[in-house]
Amino acid sequence: MSHEKPRVDDATGTNLVGHEWDGIEELDTPLPRWWVYVFAATVVFSAGYVVAYPSLPDVAGSTGWSSRGQLDETLKAEAVARAPLINAVAATDITQLAANPAVMRSAIEGGRAAFKVNCVQCHGAGAAGSKGYPNLNDDDWLWGGDIASIHTTLRNGIRSPGVDETRYSQMPAFADMLTRAQIGQIVSHVRVLSGQDKASRASVAGAALFAENCASCHGADGKGNREMGAPNLTDAIWLYGGDRAALTQTIAKARFGVMPHWAGRLDDVTIKMLAAYVHSLGGGEATPAAAPAPAAETADNVGT
Amino acid sequence: MPATLAKSASLFLVLVVALMGMAQAADTGFAVHMAIVALAALTAALWVMKGATLTGSADPDESRYDDDPVRWGVIATTFWGVVGLLAGLYIALQLAWPALNLGLEYTSFGRLRPLHTSAVIFAFGGNALICTSFFVVQRTCRARLAFPSMARFVFWGYQLFIVLAATGYVMGITEGREYAEPEWYVDLWLTIVWVAYLLVFGGTIIKRREPHIYVANWFYLGFIITVAMLHIVNNLSLPVSWAGSKSYSAFAGVQDALTQWWYGHNAVGFFLTAGFLAMMYYFVPKQAERPVYSYRLSIIHFWSLIFLYIWAGPHHLHYTALPDWAQSLGMVFSVMLWMPSWGGMINGLMTLNGAWEKIRTDPIIRMMVLALAFYGMSTFEGPMMSIKSVNSLSHYTDWTIGHVHSGALGWNGMITFACMYYLAPRLWNRQRLYSLRLINWHFWLATAGIVFYTASMWVAGLTQGLMWREYGADGYLVNSFAETIAAIHPMFILRAFGGLLYLSGALIFAWNIAMTIAGRLRVEAPMTEPPYNPAADRPLPAPARPVGALQPAE
Repeated sequence: MSHEKPRVDDATGTNLVGHEWDGIEELDTPLPRWWVYVFAATVVFSAGYVVAYPSLPDVAGSTGWSSRGQLDETLKAEAVARAPLINAVAATDITQLAANPAVMRSAIEGGRAAFKVNCVQCHGAGAAGSKGYPNLNDDDWLWGGDIASIHTTLRNGIRSPGVDETRYSQMPAFADMLTRAQIGQIVSHVRVLSGQDKASRASVAGAALFAENCASCHGADGKGNREMGAPNLTDAIWLYGGDRAALTQTIAKARFGVMPHWAGRLDDVTIKMLAAYVHSLGGGEATPAAAPAPAAETADNVGT
Repeated sequence: MPATLAKSASLFLVLVVALMGMAQAADTGFAVHMAIVALAALTAALWVMKGATLTGSADPDESRYDDDPVRWGVIATTFWGVVGLLAGLYIALQLAWPALNLGLEYTSFGRLRPLHTSAVIFAFGGNALICTSFFVVQRTCRARLAFPSMARFVFWGYQLFIVLAATGYVMGITEGREYAEPEWYVDLWLTIVWVAYLLVFGGTIIKRREPHIYVANWFYLGFIITVAMLHIVNNLSLPVSWAGSKSYSAFAGVQDALTQWWYGHNAVGFFLTAGFLAMMYYFVPKQAERPVYSYRLSIIHFWSLIFLYIWAGPHHLHYTALPDWAQSLGMVFSVMLWMPSWGGMINGLMTLNGAWEKIRTDPIIRMMVLALAFYGMSTFEGPMMSIKSVNSLSHYTDWTIGHVHSGALGWNGMITFACMYYLAPRLWNRQRLYSLRLINWHFWLATAGIVFYTASMWVAGLTQGLMWREYGADGYLVNSFAETIAAIHPMFILRAFGGLLYLSGALIFAWNIAMTIAGRLRVEAPMTEPPYNPAADRPLPAPARPVGALQPAE
């Protein structure tokens, strides 16, 4: 590194630095101008950003911005924008929602959003359900399909532990009461009821057993009873399956499907909106004419 | 020989301690790990006693470079590369078709995902870094490797670390810290190995016979020292028992998250960037046979990169419980990092000044150029994604996955493959590689694979980000999470296809390296320069050739 004249690289016409390692040399190329300028620009930008935004512990930036502040503002703006709708839904009795189409439409949209967060895990994104989780698009309802009944189910859940008003019933496990052959005969009868099989000797025997053991809840004709959440056995809709194996399992071991209660977990308006949404899916039934006069919300728990 | 005696005695001590740990183990995983350690200690002890000295010091010929650990490293890099990419392809297929989890805990995504990341970063990348650093430091210092037996310990100790980490993941042993999943005892082991690595590397630099330290060695040293610091601080934890795998972090809450991402981001910065830039700084000028573009740029971008990178970690925690001021600092340091990162790309690419025609004729140079191009792209994309308003869209989406893989597959993968292609014939004294044309196949399969991977993840990430924040006219969110997954399912399949292409290229690479080691030469038409019009600077259409006529060999 004395004062010898530096060698020049022929291909580029640039001076070589003079170091060499294992045949590798280095050119004495100056820093690319654009590189220096862009680097300087990012530093200047950063300096400005540090002044404008919070960049030291407990020191606010000159803009006063904070992520919590921004969230608060956004939430406040949303609350203001939604207030008319929320108030309208809150003031309207669940059975009267449909009377105001504008409120009903907005309630359905709100319900759709809440459904996608809280309900899709079991009922599916399209509310089509799956084994053990009812399809909400059809007109087959275990506990009633008018909007007030849906609302009650949503508020109190089904067999939800610790909730007195929850929808509750328990089918016995008949494995303790009937023989394997008898259960098989009932299965045969149920498959005849649902039009899957033709009558047979087993199904005739099963009919007698059905009348004795099952009709009290499912009805003599097997059409079910919404008071008890006893499903209609004569249609083609099965919560746990209508094949012999599934039916045998259901009768022998019983089922005990649980849906959580949403009262207290979601606010009242959101639950109303969910009821409106589920009611709107396709199978919603009209409010029965004999429904009691509109009363406080909790009166809905009585059901019809 | 007292040395042999001492060594085998201490290995037997390790064996006894491991067996005691196995007997006292609080959980099955720990017992299995102690069994692996015992087996490793026994093998090493028998090897020592057989007289096959671990030192290789029977012939301490100071006039020759010590390349055994480098040769083993090339083989390990190739092997772990294929393993890691295979695991990656499998978990990509699991994302597209979850049935491939097979209903077993051992093959579930949650356990195989760290197996994939650790295999490609630490097993494939780590072995590449260790073996190339041993190769480069000797040649650029004109000195034989310091502490030869310690260098061998580094290689085998590191393989033991990999095996313990990988088997641990499959058995469900994890600290749950991304890229730092191994539990406390594996961390301690890696610390010992890493200190030995620093001693070998630093010792070789100290005994150098060159007046100056070459830039590649600055980067290697920066990588080794910083990774040691990151590894130790991030893994500070308290074991539940001395004979159990479980431990708890020394940090809690947001401090824990910040420590983790200080580590996580700098694992990218110092392992996958600084270390691989060191490889680039030696192998690109060697393969191009050109001087490095700018000495000054190498100094400035080295120090600015080292100084700025270490502060950028908080950008992984934008819009979280991390205080705003820490997020702001993480962002501005990331933005300032853009040009220091690009300094390496400029120095690499512009080194080809005067040798640009080699992109057409030399598939290894082509691979290096592709690596540098992807390095440049991902080091632009990174600072951009660290900007908070961009991050609010990109965070938690597959865009991040695409970004990581454009860097990992494009930069780390391609530069490693190129270096291994450079090393194999030289380390085994072969006339040339088994096949240059197979490199060409590898190049195009890998390139197509990266394009499929990153493009599909960009589309998937933007789709996710936009769907998550989509509001309807009434001010309610429109999409459920499951709907966003359904929307990007085709992208998952395309990503797996890209991974398949990349893995196919890596298998060709492994075959090429294996055949080169075996001393085979593939009979093939040489890679020739296509007809070219220098005045117009464009290739000419290929002239019609009579059937059966071969290009004359050079």
